[in-house]
Amino acid sequence: MTFLTSLKQATAALALIGLASSPALADIKIGASLSQTGPASFLGDPEAKTLKMLVDEINAKGGIKGEKIELVMYDDAGDANNARTFATRLIEDDEVVAVIGGTTTGTTMSMIPVMEEAEVPFISLAGAVVIIDPVKKWVFKTPHTDKMACAKIFGDLKARGLTKIGLISGTGGFEMSMREQCLKLAPEFGMEIVADESYGPKDADMTPQLTKIAGVAGLQAVVNPGFGQGPAIVTRNFRQLNIQVPLYQSHGVASKSFIELAGAAAEGVRLPAAALLVADKLPDNDPQKPVVVGYRDAYQKATGAQVSTFGGHAYDAFMILTEAIERAGSAEPAAIRDEIEKTKGYVGTGGIVNMTADDHMGLDLSAFRMLEIKDGDWTIVE
Amino acid sequence: MSDLLQFVFSGLTVGAVYALVALGFTIIYNASDVVNFSQGEFVMLGGMSTVFLSAAGVPLPAAAILAVVITALVGVALNKFAIEPARNASVVTIIIITIGASIFLRGVAQIVFDKQLHRFESFSGDVPIEILGATILPQSVWVIFGAAVIFTGLYLFFTRTLTGKAVLATANNRLAARLVGINTNFIMTLSFALSAAIGAVAGVLVTPITLTSYDIGIALALKGFAAAMLGGMGNPFGALVGGLVVGLIEALTAGYISSTYKDAAAFIVILAVLFVMPSGLFGRAAVNRV
Repeated sequence: MTFLTSLKQATAALALIGLASSPALADIKIGASLSQTGPASFLGDPEAKTLKMLVDEINAKGGIKGEKIELVMYDDAGDANNARTFATRLIEDDEVVAVIGGTTTGTTMSMIPVMEEAEVPFISLAGAVVIIDPVKKWVFKTPHTDKMACAKIFGDLKARGLTKIGLISGTGGFEMSMREQCLKLAPEFGMEIVADESYGPKDADMTPQLTKIAGVAGLQAVVNPGFGQGPAIVTRNFRQLNIQVPLYQSHGVASKSFIELAGAAAEGVRLPAAALLVADKLPDNDPQKPVVVGYRDAYQKATGAQVSTFGGHAYDAFMILTEAIERAGSAEPAAIRDEIEKTKGYVGTGGIVNMTADDHMGLDLSAFRMLEIKDGDWTIVE
Repeated sequence: MSDLLQFVFSGLTVGAVYALVALGFTIIYNASDVVNFSQGEFVMLGGMSTVFLSAAGVPLPAAAILAVVITALVGVALNKFAIEPARNASVVTIIIITIGASIFLRGVAQIVFDKQLHRFESFSGDVPIEILGATILPQSVWVIFGAAVIFTGLYLFFTRTLTGKAVLATANNRLAARLVGINTNFIMTLSFALSAAIGAVAGVLVTPITLTSYDIGIALALKGFAAAMLGGMGNPFGALVGGLVVGLIEALTAGYISSTYKDAAAFIVILAVLFVMPSGLFGRAAVNRV
């Protein structure tokens, strides 16, 4: 009897110790370095807000298998040097088990060597294809690549029988990278680049470049890999000059503000974009519909701001990561990495993700919807 | 022919934007020999305040006037709290203070406003005006017109009014100016208020074309500064011509050579001119009395 009682007491005591210590010891620490301020802040800001919202949400539900998530977030202001310093700090001082971030390709690329050396899984939110090609063991990403955007545009052009293309691109990193991918992909789709012009990221008028492009005999369409205010100004100038061929923008301007900035000139412009942008217009049987509508409503309720595809990238990264931790049943970086790589059929805001050892993004062209702007709103092109 | 005209229209549009910014530099420079590097932030404040006031329900013309007043007050505050306490510092120190002020204003704008791009409607619609096969937007005409009006106003201010002459006297020799009864503190406050107001007017006029965001000031100030240097710092006529020349060179290079080289071409011309004429096309030659 005494033995049984003492055994009971001992078990109770053990359980108590276990209960008391588990939240403190077993908190799962996730790191993030995002560009909340600086030139890329319109990307980093919604990303940071999304992560905070999701962490609160998951902790309110009791965390992952009872373990709370702790998010350590730094603001690298879009500076690659800062990003690298924060990557080191996240690993050495904060001892996180996984890192989300690198808002831009520049910050991501500077963080990759640190993550590879420390062997900590890293999910980037930046666009360029170089992040995952060639494949790096510890590096993943959620956004579509610029190469896919170009392939989607060229596919649409081909379907319309248009092959003589004028390119006008900005001189920023995103635009230059996409321009290069477009030039590389053009022969595969039978596209002929008949003009190739550029403009500075803060330029106020692009009519000279567009006049030159419009003067090329046989021009059938214009593609504008761009970002920020450039595409809105290009679109306005395009209508000012009354150029009568289709204009394609990139996924870089896939937000409602592009339509506001370009105004009536945006009518008829086509661009590839993630399903998040047209959440309401998706058919009810679309597998992405509940996800994108759910995220959009939650984000708008939590922040009062309009949802953007960039915040969606952070949503996907966080979901892929937490699902991997849950499946792994442990918070060991190596176990998490293996599970991230095994992500199959994850339905996110950016598309349906099927990762493999050779593909650390896991999206295909179906993740993009071709949209056309009609009456100041998006419509899905069938 | 219509191509050339289109390039010229583009050059005039962009050039008038630069000229408007360049004109803002002249008053403070004339009053204190200081190049105010937060001039671009005044342009940004003018545009952003108008956007947010009109979003809050204020009609556009009233919002624009209010934005100019607000920016002028910011200019006065800048002088009061950052420039005046450093009155006895060298010109270089004060220039560096203005750089600090520009970073500060940008940071505040990020928090008070937001980090997104904004725009408001053009004043006279967006239907392009067609001339000989080339087109120009009505808003560009507004900007060119605005630059001309501000230029005329400044020219008259400096040559025809006592206050304008007092500004020039203050720059020339502050002690002597005070001895003849000029209130130099008031002149400095006035010059910051006027410069800020001109910057804000520029911001209001160009926003429908360039769009605006908290960080648009850097690029505008850089081009405006280059234009002012080309024309001759402190000379309103120089600012006007300098701005238009830089804009035209950019547009013609983009049209006839390659858009890749347009910024380089503009800066090469500026370097070449300054090499031959160090005080710019219309600037006063710097004379040192020994």
